[in-house]
Amino acid sequence: MTLTLKDQLDLTTLRKQFPILDQSVNGNPLIYLDNAATTQKPLAVISEINRYYTEDNANIHRGIHTMAERATTAYENTRKSVAQFINANESEEIIFTKGCTDSINLVAYSLGGYLLKPGDEVLISCMEHHSNIVPWQLICEKTKAVLKIMPINDKGELIFEEFLNLLSERTKIVSMVHISNTLGTINPVKEVIAAAHKWGAKVLIDGAQATPHNKIDVKSLNCDFYAFSGHKMYGPTGVGVLYGKRSLLEAIPPYQGGGEMIKEVSFTQTTYNEIPFKFEAGTPNIAGVTALNKAIEFVQSIGLGQISHHENALLLRATTQLSEIEGFQPMGTASEKASVISFNFEGVHPFDLGVLLDAKGIAIRTGHHCTQPLMDRFKVEGTARASFAIYNTFEEVDQFVSSLSNLIKKLR
Amino acid sequence: MNIKVRQEEIIEEFGLLDGDLEMSINYLIELGDQLAPFPKNNKNDDFIVKGCQSKVWLFAQEEDQQVIFHADSNTVVTKGLVSLLVRVLSGHRAEEILNGDIYFPDKIGMGRFIGSQRSNGFSAMIKQMKLYALAINIKDKK
Repeated sequence: MTLTLKDQLDLTTLRKQFPILDQSVNGNPLIYLDNAATTQKPLAVISEINRYYTEDNANIHRGIHTMAERATTAYENTRKSVAQFINANESEEIIFTKGCTDSINLVAYSLGGYLLKPGDEVLISCMEHHSNIVPWQLICEKTKAVLKIMPINDKGELIFEEFLNLLSERTKIVSMVHISNTLGTINPVKEVIAAAHKWGAKVLIDGAQATPHNKIDVKSLNCDFYAFSGHKMYGPTGVGVLYGKRSLLEAIPPYQGGGEMIKEVSFTQTTYNEIPFKFEAGTPNIAGVTALNKAIEFVQSIGLGQISHHENALLLRATTQLSEIEGFQPMGTASEKASVISFNFEGVHPFDLGVLLDAKGIAIRTGHHCTQPLMDRFKVEGTARASFAIYNTFEEVDQFVSSLSNLIKKLR
Repeated sequence: MNIKVRQEEIIEEFGLLDGDLEMSINYLIELGDQLAPFPKNNKNDDFIVKGCQSKVWLFAQEEDQQVIFHADSNTVVTKGLVSLLVRVLSGHRAEEILNGDIYFPDKIGMGRFIGSQRSNGFSAMIKQMKLYALAINIKDKK
């Protein structure tokens, strides 16, 4: 079913696919604005998890019985869907992981261990999530490579000239977030990738916040790796994706050892399986992967164009209304921005806002959002953050701003 | 008034709010407002108890063989929480504090309105207050 969002009636229909939204929290109708942390799941995703365990549960790939074949088909069909969803060349370039963090750790460990020598450099930006910082710190410590930071301006945008100045023959890896979970900044990753490639560096893009909002085309971007999570795009938790170019996936060593990832094992020598299985040791989250397929179908049934159009309208409305409240201090005002709004109010701690909004049934996130270096850059301890998804309504935005405005008056 | 009686008082007060989350938090904020001003000189890292998102400053002094606690926080909700502990534990002998069983958080359903992350911070505050009492107790026995 293709849904359009031209009027409120369609959004009402769409929300019926998310039964969790229809509940009271602390005596008030739930307003869920913590979508950058995780999105809610449509019925199709929830039903698929139930269906898989009710009808198809079996271990995949090596079983010769019918159920194993059905489970394998469902699992591998998702791989094909993901490849199509991000326009990969072939489904073998899609690796299933535990989540975006797991995908980044895989690249840091396997590519980093393969490429990095003492004195080599890895570039990340100042706006990275901890999951795109710490894995690189670990591998740099191990290989004696140097981690360098691309600076950002006061609007929360990459300072491109300074990034170009950081590139050199020592740069081996550039790893950057596509859309900042804290600032909402949409980074010019295509240009970053092209510039890094001129120096021969390999590029990983952290797309955790991008895949639910924007059409991703890994071929057009020409990234070497692209990582994202299922649960931030209406899919289940515990499932992530790593896209990698075939030549690189074949060249780098496995991340973890175990069943499935081997060709032959003996006590003297073990040979590894072909990609993508080389990187999928152990029994994976089969139900989660098959449910991810349903999440992709859900997103495609609406269309990423419609999704970003609606979310941008919500963002504009929230930003305009919040700006009218005295003392509003937005963090992240990039020209290219996704549906995340991070802010503080003078004299009010974001933690208090989060607790008091929760008492009114409004779920936002407060704190450093796993981006402590970014908080240091802006000299704040934390922010309050509202993030929107396709099912959020204009009425919810109005209610959120109105409740917030009243709280600010009370807390000052 | 001993530690148990003070806790019973708090349980009774919150009981009047009938489990209403918003009213409970607002009451907590009011109680925090009533905390005695925290000495500016002590508002530094030496006296900090770090929570997940908020900071609490806490120190103790002995007056007439009683431990007096002073506390502050950078968030009004957390200030309310620590004010409850000051109310329960301040003004007792160190040994009473060390032996004091803090049971009021469960009785007022604090977990419901402060969440698990903040419960950890709350436990850290109790631990720090007992450590102050322990230090004073050891000093007194010397």
